[in-house]
Amino acid sequence: MPKTLHIVVCAGIVPDPLQTLEPVTTPAGPGLKNEMVLPAVLDPWAASALYEAAALAAKNPGSKVWLVSLGPKAKLQQVMLTIAQRVPFELVPIDGPIGGFPDAHSTAQVLAETIAALPGLDRFRLLLFGGWESATRGAGVTLQLVGERLGITDQFQGVDQITLRDDGSFEVLERVEGGRHQVSICAGAPAVLGWATGNLAEPRNNPQIGMANMRTIMPALQKARPATLAANSLRYVSASLPKQQRTTRVVKDLSPDEIAAELAAWIGAE
Amino acid sequence: MESVLVLTQADETGAALTRASLEAVTAGLALAARLSAPLAIGIVAADATVAANSLASTGAKLLAVSGEAFAQPRYSTDAAACEALCRAAAATIVLAPASSRFNRVAAGVAHRLGGLIDTHITAIARQTLGAPGLASETRETDSLTSAVEATRWFYRQRIEAVLSRDVRPWFLLLDAGTHAAFTGQPAAVQVEGIAVQLSSIRTNVSGLRAPSQGTQTIRPDAKLLFVAGAGWTKKQPDGQTHVAEAGDLILGFLRTTSASLGSSKSLVDQGGEGQSVLPFLTHLNQIGQTGATPRHPKGLSTCCHGEEPHVVGWRFIAERRAISLDPNCGWTRGKADVVYVADAFQVIAKLNALLEDQAQ
Repeated sequence: MPKTLHIVVCAGIVPDPLQTLEPVTTPAGPGLKNEMVLPAVLDPWAASALYEAAALAAKNPGSKVWLVSLGPKAKLQQVMLTIAQRVPFELVPIDGPIGGFPDAHSTAQVLAETIAALPGLDRFRLLLFGGWESATRGAGVTLQLVGERLGITDQFQGVDQITLRDDGSFEVLERVEGGRHQVSICAGAPAVLGWATGNLAEPRNNPQIGMANMRTIMPALQKARPATLAANSLRYVSASLPKQQRTTRVVKDLSPDEIAAELAAWIGAE
Repeated sequence: MESVLVLTQADETGAALTRASLEAVTAGLALAARLSAPLAIGIVAADATVAANSLASTGAKLLAVSGEAFAQPRYSTDAAACEALCRAAAATIVLAPASSRFNRVAAGVAHRLGGLIDTHITAIARQTLGAPGLASETRETDSLTSAVEATRWFYRQRIEAVLSRDVRPWFLLLDAGTHAAFTGQPAAVQVEGIAVQLSSIRTNVSGLRAPSQGTQTIRPDAKLLFVAGAGWTKKQPDGQTHVAEAGDLILGFLRTTSASLGSSKSLVDQGGEGQSVLPFLTHLNQIGQTGATPRHPKGLSTCCHGEEPHVVGWRFIAERRAISLDPNCGWTRGKADVVYVADAFQVIAKLNALLEDQAQ
């Protein structure tokens, strides 16, 4: 039996993984060189959460997906031009700083306040989605803190699968050590699910979905409320690129037999 | 004055602490010694007796939350347990392993206690700070205030930062493999049991599930990481793909070496795109920008181009070798110790035969 769900996806924007990143010192602490001109994408694990949310909403008519995203308006608009074509959602933008160095607790506070104020959100139908870690800060705490602030005490991290049941309960598969999943049965919403990769392929671009989304995205971006993030006593002593550069031996003239022998000796060596 | 609490958990047997917990104990002992701070160790387990005895030689105050409700990892019960342990210990710095269990709850617990958290910590150091205006060279030991500094990576292991906070309690989750596991002579010890008030439990853990493909290829304790790139499923010199052969070669290698298997995102994604894929690969095998960053002493990359999004998954691999047909691949640019310009199909077939001979 379909259930009406209110799914809120928290997703940040991150530099395209192929970009070279270089830390610089700014008045607000560490940042990235040319951060505002680096091409950005939706955070990969959070993007998985968005696609899973859309798939879940599609299977349960009457459900709704909000995408809450904190970042500079201009960068959000750039990323939304792509993401908006993938799945239907309502964007809730927050105009704030970009990057991995701001404090996660402050980020969580802003997100929680925004979600708590969403018009029409039924907290008893709420599934709070996001990536289990971002590709910037990578702390894996923001979603958990948002859930805690919203009083949600059923939380799952590293989620790869959710299966809804007729009685409103659901089965969750969470990644645990050793390449296995922990299987849990939760009585139902509200719950927090920090997604890993999930099982869905990236949806293809659909211009019709894009046009429908953009009707609400552009006005939402224009009205995005500004947010500043408190440092929360976070002090950076340093931020630097790893210095390790190896002296690579490129072997071009050995036969497969010789390479195999060399590798076997290397593998066997303590 | 600082005080240190280390949160630990029992392993699946329930009779011992996890290795990651024992690593956190080592870190806690070192930090407490550096800060001259009292140390407490909190245990979450169905029955903490045996686990506590293994910590006898630490000399730390031992606290435990026990009971069937704490046998399995679950947010509501684990958060309540950790909150109770932290309140009982009244610690200013809380260390815990970055296990799936503590990763799930530690931030929530920090919030409940009015504290802050930082995760994926790879090193902790004590920095001594003089009073404002004093040159560091002239500082007197007893006039110093101490600050704890933690090292962690940002942007998926691409930028390393050292940070500090003044707010307490400060929770630090330690990445596995960054400290030696604590070992000590077991002895009967006194453990202070901490009572926990649980509200209704809405989540039941029904067990663990291995990947449906049947072959367990992820081995966190393996000495060698074998990484399969998308080249294994591409057309070979005869114009055909040889996916089945690739699968046999890779599984054969894993069987003879007990290596852990990692893969690039592009190879795993092919499954979702309906292409022919290696059937034993799942997203759990994925390493790199959008996957795991495992710690192994050695790593062998095959058919993977070695560009930055892949290599961030190798940040903590000590010795790196790669097999690639491309002499200009990313691995040759200072990212691997040795790059063999060769056909991985041929090399791995020879290597498997050699390793099987050696094993007999």
